[in-house]
Amino acid sequence: MKDSISTRKHLLGLVGSLYDQFENGVVPQISIPTRTKNNIEYDPNDKVWVYGKQKSVRSVKTVRGAKSLLKASYLVGLLIDEHLKHDRGSTLREIYYISENWDMAKFGEQSESDRLVEDLEILTELQREDFHVRPEEDGATIFGPLEIKESTRRGERRIHCQEDVGEAGYQIPFNVDNVKFSDHDAKLVIAIETGGMHARLIENGFDQEYNSVLVHLKGQPARSTRRLIKRLNEELGIPVVVFTDGDPWSYRIYASVAYGSIKSAHLSSYLVTPAAQFLGVQPTDIVDYDLSTDKLTDQDLQALRSELTDPRFSGDYWKEQIQLQIKLMKKAEQQAFAGKGLDFVTREYLPNRLSEMGLI
Amino acid sequence: MEIAEELAKNQKAISVAEFFEKNRQILGFDSAPRALITTVKEAVDNSLDACEEAGILPDIFVQIARRGDAFRVIIEDNGPGIVDDEVPRVFAKLLYGSRFHVLKQSRGQQGIGISAGVLYSQLTTGKSTVVTTKIGPSRPAGKWELTINTATNDPEVLSKEVVDWDRPHGTRVELEMEGSYVRSRRQSIYGYLKNVAIVNPHARISLVEPDGNVETFERVTDQMPQDSYEIKPHPWGMELGGLIKMMRYTEKKKLKSFFQSSFSSVGGIIAQDVCKLSDLDPEMAPSKVTHAEAKRLLAAFKEVRLKSPPTDCLSPIGEKLIRAGLEKEYRLDFVVTSTRSVSVYSGNPFLVEVILAYGGNLKKDGKAEILRFANRVPLLYQQGGCAITHAIENVSWKLYSLNQPGGGIPIGPVVLLVHVASTNIPFTSESKDAIADVPEIVDEIELGLKEVGRKLRAYLSRKNALSERKEKEVIIRKVLPKMAQKLAQILERDDLDINPVVAKIMGNLMVSRTLSRENGQTFVKLVVANYTDAACKFKLHETVSVEAGSIEPSARVIPLGDGYDHLWKISLKSGEKTTLSYVVPTEGTSFSDPVVEGQPEELVTGARVVGS
Repeated sequence: MKDSISTRKHLLGLVGSLYDQFENGVVPQISIPTRTKNNIEYDPNDKVWVYGKQKSVRSVKTVRGAKSLLKASYLVGLLIDEHLKHDRGSTLREIYYISENWDMAKFGEQSESDRLVEDLEILTELQREDFHVRPEEDGATIFGPLEIKESTRRGERRIHCQEDVGEAGYQIPFNVDNVKFSDHDAKLVIAIETGGMHARLIENGFDQEYNSVLVHLKGQPARSTRRLIKRLNEELGIPVVVFTDGDPWSYRIYASVAYGSIKSAHLSSYLVTPAAQFLGVQPTDIVDYDLSTDKLTDQDLQALRSELTDPRFSGDYWKEQIQLQIKLMKKAEQQAFAGKGLDFVTREYLPNRLSEMGLI
Repeated sequence: MEIAEELAKNQKAISVAEFFEKNRQILGFDSAPRALITTVKEAVDNSLDACEEAGILPDIFVQIARRGDAFRVIIEDNGPGIVDDEVPRVFAKLLYGSRFHVLKQSRGQQGIGISAGVLYSQLTTGKSTVVTTKIGPSRPAGKWELTINTATNDPEVLSKEVVDWDRPHGTRVELEMEGSYVRSRRQSIYGYLKNVAIVNPHARISLVEPDGNVETFERVTDQMPQDSYEIKPHPWGMELGGLIKMMRYTEKKKLKSFFQSSFSSVGGIIAQDVCKLSDLDPEMAPSKVTHAEAKRLLAAFKEVRLKSPPTDCLSPIGEKLIRAGLEKEYRLDFVVTSTRSVSVYSGNPFLVEVILAYGGNLKKDGKAEILRFANRVPLLYQQGGCAITHAIENVSWKLYSLNQPGGGIPIGPVVLLVHVASTNIPFTSESKDAIADVPEIVDEIELGLKEVGRKLRAYLSRKNALSERKEKEVIIRKVLPKMAQKLAQILERDDLDINPVVAKIMGNLMVSRTLSRENGQTFVKLVVANYTDAACKFKLHETVSVEAGSIEPSARVIPLGDGYDHLWKISLKSGEKTTLSYVVPTEGTSFSDPVVEGQPEELVTGARVVGS
């Protein structure tokens, strides 16, 4: 994390450039990488996907652009004059509410202020933590043979993620860099999309039997969850697999863990685990295990087609799987394995898949 | 006795008055409110026609007062007055008039007019009608009490006296009749007079209502309507009976000269040709032509090439006057007119004028208001049965940016005024409420409507573009100052002048003035930049309380009494920029905003705009 002084300098540089443009009679504008799937590129050094060279210009020339830059100016004002000066912080949701008093600079909805915070990260090459902006705790948890040390406002806590926690597991804090790994006995990290499957693996003792750390992703994973997975993989050298539903939206969950997300590609080298592998549910599993399925909806189909043109899914593996799924016109949930008995997923499917992947 | 003889005993002549007594509706006396309206209408039509013929700007006074269960109706004008011999017949004999046999555009045509009001008054209250008239300042005024003998359709003069009247000339009619006074509807005396005032902007009309309320429709122009004059019939409109009648009564001795003198558009060659085609001797006496020969003549007229009827006999109201008349009664954003050229139906010349008025305080979501006029007379009744309404319904208004749900009359803040002028308006009935669906007339009205529709569409799309621009400027002018202020606050730097940026964004002509003070002198610099996409030529004024020195480039200096106007003539290409400068003493010098002359206001930033 950067210190407040250098953060302040970065933010002042940004508003200073707007001021100078005004002063010189130039129509103020800023340019920012285009945040679409057409503008992400593979970075061979970090093995992650980052923004390419396409830029989009936000200028006060249009009413929309003017309003957006007005809001950005107010937001920078808040970060400098409230957060950094007084060493305070706000959550993303609080920022949305703070803007209530900003008249025309008020945000229409929280997604707008969230996005603008991301814009500032990109423009200053900093992270929102540097601005003292934090997300809501999203309640994602881990469970497994791992002992951590977390420095909290009330001192250091040492927690074993099997012995010291209840069945719900250890809750991942928003600032994962305050967590140190002190000891572990783990051979595998399994990142799981749904709470139901996470609980199933704990109930069936899969963590003990296979020495695995079970991470609950809670849908599209928060930055802290992704950062923790990356650190488990890179600092402790534990292999990571991602276990999700078998539908296009879940493949994007895997992509944001392993490749980087389109929305926050500027942080890919910090959040992404290139070594993470996709475990399932794969379209081929639907056929092989004869899983109960749902029909693909129009939106599902559209999402699959969009993935075929997404550079992150351009490998042969995904091409095959996605095309198969379009042919099947079917999707399956993780919990579909329950149809074969509650132990099927831990006795049959996971051991089969993991040995197929050479992990056990 | 034979049956025919028996029946003949029961047959007797009925008087015209008796006939109309039994057929009030065709004269427009079929309901209590309408009786009052029709009486006022006939009297006002007469007044306007008389004034027009005499070249007098009409001043018309109408008063309706309650008299027990009945009403007293007074109509007074400043017209030429009526000579003694004519008064009884004009007011107390039905179907007496000067216009029935004349082919000329006039308001009244049949001469049923005011005498029907006299008759109605007599029938409902038993009262006589009082007429006061004076034909010149040096002549005495005559006051008459008149009734109609309903058996013989002859006037009866109850009394006649010489009275003093302060008017130089004019006519006043007072009638008492049953009726009912309504105000709020369009079909009312007020509504009628308002519409009369719209198409007669040269008239001043006042109305005193039964409750004492006075409404005045002011004159907005001193210009009299263009003169209309009498024309002879055109052969295209001739019917066999009419032709035979004309030939029987003509004074001409020879067929050829009869044609030449009695018809318009017929000269010697045409007359000769027609006689030859009909195999008749041009030298024969017209009265000797037989029924069969007359038929041949009529057929021959269809074969020869005839000129259209003369058209200058019609008097359009004219765009300027009609616009003035409308703008007097409505607040409007936009008015367009279409005056069609004269056309002909069945030998009768006619002319259509269409006016479309838009916006202002007109209702946005109601049906368009339709104002129908025939020879400058408002048509109030039977809107649904009128050729004007039908033409409006035939037009597809969606093409012209107006809603027209389910066809019919368009929706929007619109007034559609249609005026049909003709030597002979084809009404659907004697009460003259609606124009008949003559295809030629409907076509002309539609063409006029489409023309104003196209202009409306162009206006609305231009207005949209302008309002988008305006909206943008409003937002930009709100957002940018806040942004500049915030930036200066965060950075703890000076306040910013955002005008140059606004001018650039809006593509405007920008004037920015900076003052710097030194040694008791103020150095003034004006930067003028053309950010528009076209070349700009304009004058720039700097009004300062003292005369400036060191003016660069040189300017014209005009003393104003309390200061000096410094005037530069500037011409800048798109994207060009120039700098003007001068020096004034700091002490006691005051400035006003720079002024740009000769540019549209919305294209200028940083200066006041005059004379654009």
